[in-house]
Amino acid sequence: MATTRKDGYRPGLVDISAGQVSREIFVNEEIYREELERLFARVWLFVGHESQIPKPGDYFVSGMGEESVILCRDRAGKVHVFLNSCRHRGMKVCRYDEGNTPVFTCPYHGWSYGTDGQLVGVPYFREAYHEKLDRSRWGLVEVPRTYLYKGTVWACWDSAAPPFLEYLGDFVRYLDLTLDGWDGSEGGTEILGGIQKWRIPCNWKFPAENFCGDSYHNISHRSVDLVGIGPSGTGRRDMRERQMARRLQVAFYERGHQTGVYLFPKDQATPPSYQHSPEVSEYFAHCEEERRKKRGEWGRLIGSPGEIFPNTALHPRQPRTIAVWHPRGAHQTEVWRWYVVDSAAPQEVKDFLRDYYIRYSGPGGMTEQDDMENWNYAHAASRGTIARRYPYSYEQGLGFETENYEWQGLRIPGTVMDITDAKSSEHNLRNLYRRWAEFMEAESWGELATWRLARAAE
Amino acid sequence: MDGNERISRLLLKQEVDEFLYYEADLLDARRYDDWLALLADDVRYWMPMRRNVKVDDLEREFTREGRDISWFDEGKQTLTRRVRQIQTGIHWAEEPVSRISHVISNIRLLEANPSWAEPAEVAVGCRFLVYRNRVETETDILVGKREDLLRRVEGELKITRRRILLDQNVLLSKNLTFFF
Amino acid sequence: MASTNTTGYRRGLVDLGKGQISREIFVNDEIYQEELERIFARAWLLVGHESQIPNPGDFFVSSMGEESVILCRDRAHKVHVFLNSCRHRGMKVCRYDEGNAAVLTCPYHGWSYSTDGRLVGVPYFREAYHGSLDRSRWGLAEVAQLCLYKGTVWASWDPAAPPFLEYLGDFLPYIDLTLDAWDGSDGGTEILSGIQKWRVPCNWKFPAENFSGDSYHNISHRSVDLAGIGPSGSGRRDMPELLMARKLHIAFPEHGHQTTSYLLPKEVALPPAYQHSSVVSEYFRECEEARRNKRGDWGRMIALVGEVFPNTAFLARQPRTLAAWHPRGAHETEVWRWFLVDRNAPAEVKDFLRQYYIRYSGPGGMTEQDDMENWNYAHAASRGTIARRYPYNYEQGTGTEIENYEWESFRVPGVVCDLTRAKSSEHNLRNLYRRWAEFMEADRWEELTSGRRLGRAEAAE
Repeated sequence: MATTRKDGYRPGLVDISAGQVSREIFVNEEIYREELERLFARVWLFVGHESQIPKPGDYFVSGMGEESVILCRDRAGKVHVFLNSCRHRGMKVCRYDEGNTPVFTCPYHGWSYGTDGQLVGVPYFREAYHEKLDRSRWGLVEVPRTYLYKGTVWACWDSAAPPFLEYLGDFVRYLDLTLDGWDGSEGGTEILGGIQKWRIPCNWKFPAENFCGDSYHNISHRSVDLVGIGPSGTGRRDMRERQMARRLQVAFYERGHQTGVYLFPKDQATPPSYQHSPEVSEYFAHCEEERRKKRGEWGRLIGSPGEIFPNTALHPRQPRTIAVWHPRGAHQTEVWRWYVVDSAAPQEVKDFLRDYYIRYSGPGGMTEQDDMENWNYAHAASRGTIARRYPYSYEQGLGFETENYEWQGLRIPGTVMDITDAKSSEHNLRNLYRRWAEFMEAESWGELATWRLARAAE
Repeated sequence: MDGNERISRLLLKQEVDEFLYYEADLLDARRYDDWLALLADDVRYWMPMRRNVKVDDLEREFTREGRDISWFDEGKQTLTRRVRQIQTGIHWAEEPVSRISHVISNIRLLEANPSWAEPAEVAVGCRFLVYRNRVETETDILVGKREDLLRRVEGELKITRRRILLDQNVLLSKNLTFFF
Repeated sequence: MASTNTTGYRRGLVDLGKGQISREIFVNDEIYQEELERIFARAWLLVGHESQIPNPGDFFVSSMGEESVILCRDRAHKVHVFLNSCRHRGMKVCRYDEGNAAVLTCPYHGWSYSTDGRLVGVPYFREAYHGSLDRSRWGLAEVAQLCLYKGTVWASWDPAAPPFLEYLGDFLPYIDLTLDAWDGSDGGTEILSGIQKWRVPCNWKFPAENFSGDSYHNISHRSVDLAGIGPSGSGRRDMPELLMARKLHIAFPEHGHQTTSYLLPKEVALPPAYQHSSVVSEYFRECEEARRNKRGDWGRMIALVGEVFPNTAFLARQPRTLAAWHPRGAHETEVWRWFLVDRNAPAEVKDFLRQYYIRYSGPGGMTEQDDMENWNYAHAASRGTIARRYPYNYEQGTGTEIENYEWESFRVPGVVCDLTRAKSSEHNLRNLYRRWAEFMEADRWEELTSGRRLGRAEAAE
């Protein structure tokens, strides 16, 4: 496999075989600057959801890496992603969060751009430019690659990157666990109005690794478990259905994506959940049944947190969310969180879930609050001269991965770690940093698209 | 001060508190026209700059009203222009509009003329903390002292003089597009 | 012309042939460090005005580049500019903004300096130094060159730099348009007390290029034009006289200075201005007349904005001001603004102008507020990995410059771009960056002045 060819970024910083990762990659500012070039300028990033810009002229200002971008729908209904910076003197063209406009007019010198990015207005074009300015070359900088997938909008600055679906590979089926309706209907989700945005004083990779499947941080959330916010009245989530399932960590070595999943047994009904509200409980029971029918064996699978490399997090089970960890310097992260519900769910279900989501996630969320405390001080306590000398340990479960995992007639794509008995492993976390190191070392996408090499060799 | 006078003073203090908090509410709710209505027609609104000078030279600390360059040296007419500019919708320094809160505290009545019982004018001192946040993360916190002279006009209090002493030397905000 | 010798700093960053300049020169921390050495440690910088220190012992703490300096007048009335840092352990000797002192005493170990910079007090000089410290070598560090010009004080750290007047060259008469009184009397201006100082989160070159003659950012100021603060009641300035004038961009390629100025017609009387006050209106009318009489054809020239390379800006027309763009790291600028009035103007005129100035300029100024918003977010939106790949466009009016511009028998010094019809050009902005690139590349002053010789040689051909 591709990954075994390398020992890590600048050998020693990421040592997967020893299960050790240097603290430098989290706190070193030079490495951070390199990440902006090698990672964020080359990968596919999540920028928003089509339902945020339903009509022509609608726009939503998003971020890619440290940069502001405009996600908008042009007059012909086509979706674009532009760098939010005027070509003339760099002014941030749009300083609003969202809205609708026929043109983006820069407030500095008044260059204006159509919603398709074309430079349509240049004051004094005739008098001062003598019509010599080639307007066709000075439109808004457009992200060369965008892809719409089941409502979500993805973008990539690198024209040499593989197409989005190839970038995902077979992991797309796990992304579906967040984007399809709970009843298995294709892309049957929508987002709730209101994107949460907040800042955390830590490197962006702390939340990234957490959502890759940190199955080990139970102590973090004991307080919310004691208080009880779960939709059946106790704990922080409904857990009963999962007690009969296989608990798996699934990683894609060549791509850097990973997720946790629960695989239900073949012939057992899912126990009731969401018992605080009979209507919600009924809705989910119905969806469970439907999904099993529609999806067959794959319907036995439900997701738990996952991560599309490098910084898009999925939380496929209620609270269903998509999060982006925007880097803001080596020492700060800006989190943006979109909340997802089944578009066909009754209003009462949506309301119930919205209330539950707010209790669980984000800076006001009783669960996530404790995560952020850990990310903050893990980062802070790793910045010192002495602290940096001591790598973190990632050896949990090293060597227990299974290549062709199968249980009760379902073969699971990806490299799997069954943690039903092991309780936890760092399999998925190792996968994140393995891919991270490859990106930091590779000079071109040619080296990164290893699956193409394998195919060519055949 | 006899008992009646003390009660008059207390009532006046209550009225002034309410007035200054109401004014802050108007500004923070962006009800600028209503705010302008609280200003007397001959209002003077002044914010000097402040210098670092030796302790025995402190009369030079503040730039002088009506003589030197200051941050603000305004009358009602120019304050009205400032409001109009924000209301054009193309005053880019206030578009998108800022989120502002005025926290007013340490309110003290300094003087009333001719009397506490029937004050035509009352001088009031207070502290302000103006918090401004705009666009995504731009944040300014401006703190200082204010001396206001309030006049009773047809029963209502109006601001006739405002001295704003900002506790900064090099202004740490890129602009002063808002009111104190 | 000198400018054609170089295609730009590190070829490609400043490409004037294409009219493109890389965003790197604004946001790159390494380039910024180099600027401190190559530009701010070599060029002539404005440090203040003589009227700020009228008496012996008066001092005003100013700034050159990132460094604090003391502008002061010694006992013999001589003006000095010193680095504001004790020679012993570097303590900031003077932490006041201004004042009067017989000696400047460092609060750390007590070394004290006279107002001519000599080290005059060393505690325990006899006991601890055994009298052997050579005090004559440990005075305050003084700038290499100083020049007083019509009240303004300029300094340079580089002994090899040409003298100030040579540094300005034929740009001098344009500076005069700010420093002479409106009636044309030599150096007839004074500054109003109170220097505005504030910070803007952007590279110092954003305001520098703006004041070099950004004739293009009208949309920025539309709100103040609508609100109306002009001295005749509408717009942001009085404009009728400008409507009959030629609007010119004037640049000095060998020096890096540039201005936007208006050349009035020869025989036409000026329309009335400052109509909000009859005293002010009358004053300016008289000044106009007097200036025409005194200055002849030069009396027809009115400057709007301009920039002495690299970071001194002037607004020559009311609001009349001088500004220094002090760099504070690549991503922040500290603006200092001095406000000027005619010394002999009646008090009512000065008062009228002072109020107008405050409404117009600075962080409370209804015009400048919107500029700062643009500089802030233009800088912020240019810092990213992707954004840096896209150069800014400076091609406006390329090729329309005129070497020997003349109108109604007045030959205008400098290379001119006539904007009367064109409305706008980026001629002056290109000139700023042309000179900037030369400074960044040149290792010695000889290389920076060679353009002049070359220019002469070309002219001789």
